[in-house]
Amino acid sequence: MSEFRMPSLGSDMEAGILVEQSVAPGDTVRAGDVIGAVETQKGVIEIEVFHDGTFERWLADIGKTVPVGAPLAMIRGAGDPPEQEPVPPETVPIPPDTEPIRPVTTPEPPEVVPLPPETEPTPPETEPVEPEIEPGPSELPDMPAPEPSPIPEEAPEPPFVEPEAPPPEIEPEREMASAARPRVTPAARRLAAERGIDLMVLGQSLDRPIKRRDIEALPSEDKGNVATDFRSAIAAAMSRSKREIPHYYLSHEVDLTAADAFVTAENAGRAPSDRLLIGAVCAKAVAAAIAKYPEFNGHYTNDRFHPSEEVHLGFAINIRSGGLVAPALFDTDSLSLDELMHNMRDLTARVRAGRFRARELSDATVTLTSLGERGTDAVFGVIYPPQVAIVGMGAPRLRPAVLDGKLEPRLMATFSLAADHRVSDGHRGALFLRAIDKNLQTPERL
Amino acid sequence: MTPTETALAEELYKIAPDIELDDIDRSGDLRDEFDIDSMDFLNLVTALGKRFGIPMPEADYPRMQSFDDLAAYLDAQSDKRPCV
Repeated sequence: MSEFRMPSLGSDMEAGILVEQSVAPGDTVRAGDVIGAVETQKGVIEIEVFHDGTFERWLADIGKTVPVGAPLAMIRGAGDPPEQEPVPPETVPIPPDTEPIRPVTTPEPPEVVPLPPETEPTPPETEPVEPEIEPGPSELPDMPAPEPSPIPEEAPEPPFVEPEAPPPEIEPEREMASAARPRVTPAARRLAAERGIDLMVLGQSLDRPIKRRDIEALPSEDKGNVATDFRSAIAAAMSRSKREIPHYYLSHEVDLTAADAFVTAENAGRAPSDRLLIGAVCAKAVAAAIAKYPEFNGHYTNDRFHPSEEVHLGFAINIRSGGLVAPALFDTDSLSLDELMHNMRDLTARVRAGRFRARELSDATVTLTSLGERGTDAVFGVIYPPQVAIVGMGAPRLRPAVLDGKLEPRLMATFSLAADHRVSDGHRGALFLRAIDKNLQTPERL
Repeated sequence: MTPTETALAEELYKIAPDIELDDIDRSGDLRDEFDIDSMDFLNLVTALGKRFGIPMPEADYPRMQSFDDLAAYLDAQSDKRPCV
């Protein structure tokens, strides 16, 4: 029997709301099956199981806000004995936010997604334990094992216990805001939910629990919403990046004439639904180049770089209502161009609809960002921690270029690389960018 | 609006629900006016191709650069179909 716990999608996420239960007790589940969906700052995220087994029961109702690391459901693994002693969810201690909860009876590695170090789940134990300052080492099966930070960023504080369930009529996005870290009196929480006020933002300006009069004192138009949640999620990740990662930057002009001609020729006989975009060719070129430059592909956690054998290219996607996400295109290097294009379309559609999977947000090993055809000549990215590199693609446009001693109009784009100087140097970065260039000169081989 | 323009507006709304047709320059660059990228444009072409039953080849993209151009193109191509 193992607990399926609320996954974390970054150091900024503290809780999510269970908004969908797509399996029922007794259902057979396989690794990768979606069992439900959780609403977070970044939208609705589908949650997947990581092992085969039988779904035992839900530990949280729909609409319930569940802290990161707290149990959501019980799943019996293949071969596990039936459940002995149900553990009511109310009795599970919720530790402070520097220490995710330890599972109660889990015999397997955590099923939550890999996390940045601040919210790294600890390995399972047989007994519930008191929260500690130092998390133990993780034993995630397919990820480099991040180790505990030697110094916790903040001292743990006693968990704030919600004395009663929130009113059921509260809208999900409002309840999301109230799930943030600040301590709030129940009356204040209810009023904030009614008025749609973002308690996380308010809490940052107060060093005491938020009371009802604090909410009443706010101007009524000061409403929290999904867009501000998104902004604070980006703010947390990017601030951490600039605080911790010594970036260095390179740029390189790439001639995309061959790639463009290849796409045009391929698309000539294709229905719109099967057409390629040059962005997919570039994504493939990056993924193919990185095989020889493993120091740009992986995660840096706890003072060590853990290269990844797989290439899960994070693909930055603009959100119309504000913000962006860079979910992973899994195994980008081993997909055909058509498969990659299909996956990019699927991912973009789901992201625009505000719906993607937990692993897609946490498992990218390197990122590609592009401002598109209407963008600027170059973009220099901010590395998304714990990754160590981001490739930027400027808008392709016709520019004068010298080819065989003659001036010619060519379709050119500026590629950039922002990389982590703790892991790599400019010399290798330059070779990596040139390898991308080289791949794009023979697109038919990608 | 003509039926074609209404259909085009509906498909654009699916991609760019935040943009009001009244607020845009219908003869301006469609991608700028609706803030759509190449993926959005491809999705628009895919949807319109299905809806109107026409192939919408990439070679014709230059005739689809504004709302008005695209509506005119859809009308012209629909007229060429043998039976509708």
